Amino acid sequence: MITIENLNFGYSEKRLLSISHMEIKEKQHLMILGKSGSGKTTLLHILGGLLKPVQGKVLIDDTDLYSLSGTEMDKYRGQNIGLVFQKAHLISALTVKDNLLLAQYFSGIPQDTGRIKEVLNTLNLGEKLNSKVRQLSQGEQQRVTIARALLNKPRVLLADEPTASLDDDNANSVIQLLKEQAENHNASLIIATHDQRVKDAFDLQLNLNEQ
Amino acid sequence: MNLFLLSWKYIKDKPLNTFLNVLLMGLGIAIILVLLILNSQLEENLAKNKRGVDLVVGAKGSPLQLILANVYHIDFPTGNIKLDEAKALTRNRQVKSAIPLALGDNYQGFRIVGTNHDYVKLYEGSLASGDLWKYNLECTIGTNVAMQLGLKIGDEFFGAHGLSDTDLDHDEASYKVVGILEPSNSALDNLILTNIESIWQVHAHTAEEGEEEADHDHEPVLGSAYETGLPEGGPDAEITSMLIQFRSAMGAVVMPRMINSDTNMQAASPAFETQRLFSLMGIGVNMIKSFAYIIIVIAGLSIFISLYNALKDRKYDLAIMRSLGASKSKLFVHVIFEGIIITTIGGVLGFVLGHGLVEFLTGLYEKSEAIGISGMVLVKGEFYVLLISIGVGVLASILPAFNAYRTEISKVLAQE
Repeated sequence: MITIENLNFGYSEKRLLSISHMEIKEKQHLMILGKSGSGKTTLLHILGGLLKPVQGKVLIDDTDLYSLSGTEMDKYRGQNIGLVFQKAHLISALTVKDNLLLAQYFSGIPQDTGRIKEVLNTLNLGEKLNSKVRQLSQGEQQRVTIARALLNKPRVLLADEPTASLDDDNANSVIQLLKEQAENHNASLIIATHDQRVKDAFDLQLNLNEQ
Repeated sequence: MNLFLLSWKYIKDKPLNTFLNVLLMGLGIAIILVLLILNSQLEENLAKNKRGVDLVVGAKGSPLQLILANVYHIDFPTGNIKLDEAKALTRNRQVKSAIPLALGDNYQGFRIVGTNHDYVKLYEGSLASGDLWKYNLECTIGTNVAMQLGLKIGDEFFGAHGLSDTDLDHDEASYKVVGILEPSNSALDNLILTNIESIWQVHAHTAEEGEEEADHDHEPVLGSAYETGLPEGGPDAEITSMLIQFRSAMGAVVMPRMINSDTNMQAASPAFETQRLFSLMGIGVNMIKSFAYIIIVIAGLSIFISLYNALKDRKYDLAIMRSLGASKSKLFVHVIFEGIIITTIGGVLGFVLGHGLVEFLTGLYEKSEAIGISGMVLVKGEFYVLLISIGVGVLASILPAFNAYRTEISKVLAQE
């Protein structure tokens, strides 16, 4: 489903990482492990269509990501790739509902409040539909970003250090939640982390420390 | 959700900042609009009242005063001229037509003007009811006079000496209203028109009280020149001025010099004098206008600074929007919209403030109606003011929008 070929990427001027071939099959999840500064965020951004690699190809299904034009890529990203970050980056000027509507608007799919309610309900956020982002707790905000990432039923769900600022209990439950939601939506989940507590959650691992 | 709504929600999220920017913009636009409204209405009304009048002949004094008193009925007359001298002038072959005016009295602040029917024709006035005056002490009144004083046909009143309503009444002879004019948006609206002999008659009473006593309360005397031309009068008879139309452009070259050097009278050109008046006023108008533009520039700068600073805090928002599928150009438009929305609201506020202010000021200053100024009209150029406000919005937001356009998603998101 996701295929990486001859990928070369530099996350700093000194180091260049390369992956000659890697494949993630449907319903498979990948854990990218590495210390901070090992290039895992860079790799994740490349997989998410946010950053063009120095060399090589990233294929999602049959789409060669970096052969798309800028605008095509933006559209593709909005519709097929869900992103979750360490901090809950929500638009604080807007309500929860507007944040999610924005994800539908920018990706060019029809705006559908029914779908938004559905996703929020599965994450136990149903009552927060019209709350301002600022009124939510940290954990709630994190779950809203997961809801936003899943909203457009992406093929790939990418999470960058989703557990870094959470305590042990919450760290594990967020991983479980991501896994569960990814499976519900038939999406491949890729998590980049240096968090030792969650490294064993998936079988498929890529350890950048060893490169 | 769409870009416009998104920009609007960002604006709403910062009410104080928005309020300040909108207010600045609104004030600038309001000042410009006030000037625009006053200037264009003044110009329009001054032009309307001077049309068909090539030259005003009156007593020596300030030419501007002569024009203001006899064409616009604002200032006081310069004095009187001899009827005989005026008559001699009308025989000049350059003169196509001459309308005599006799000023000096008022009723409740409205000027009583002795003249003939040509004066009504000059301004294309028409009767709303009744007739034009024929007999002495009959009068036809302008629409504002009728409305504000509640005068009807058949009503009688005593004129007062002088041109402001505090002066003494001529309580010997009363005027009788015989007609009311339609609104013409000209000087006619605020005047009480009668025969020149009526004015003489009223003043003769004060001058030679005993002698004229016999004439009192007799049947009305038909005016000697109520339709056109100059009235018949004795050797001492005087009028205030004459409005002259030339037969050809040559008149404008020859006549003023001839009158000013060879007679005891003065000739002044309404076109020239009003232009002079405007160039005098223009200095002040231009200064206030520059002041308004400075305010608008400050408003633009203030919007620029708040957008620019806000974008520093919002670079994550912008990167997230990109990651959600927003193209670069959408972010550009999103920021531009923010600028335009603020300045357009400012423009609309300025529009309301500007018109409201003019309307408020005209309410305070009673002469303004006589000059024909109102806040409740649209004037030429207001459309451009709206364009200016949108333009300021675009200018203020173009650099921040360009920064938004260049957001490097990966770099910003990696910086957490």
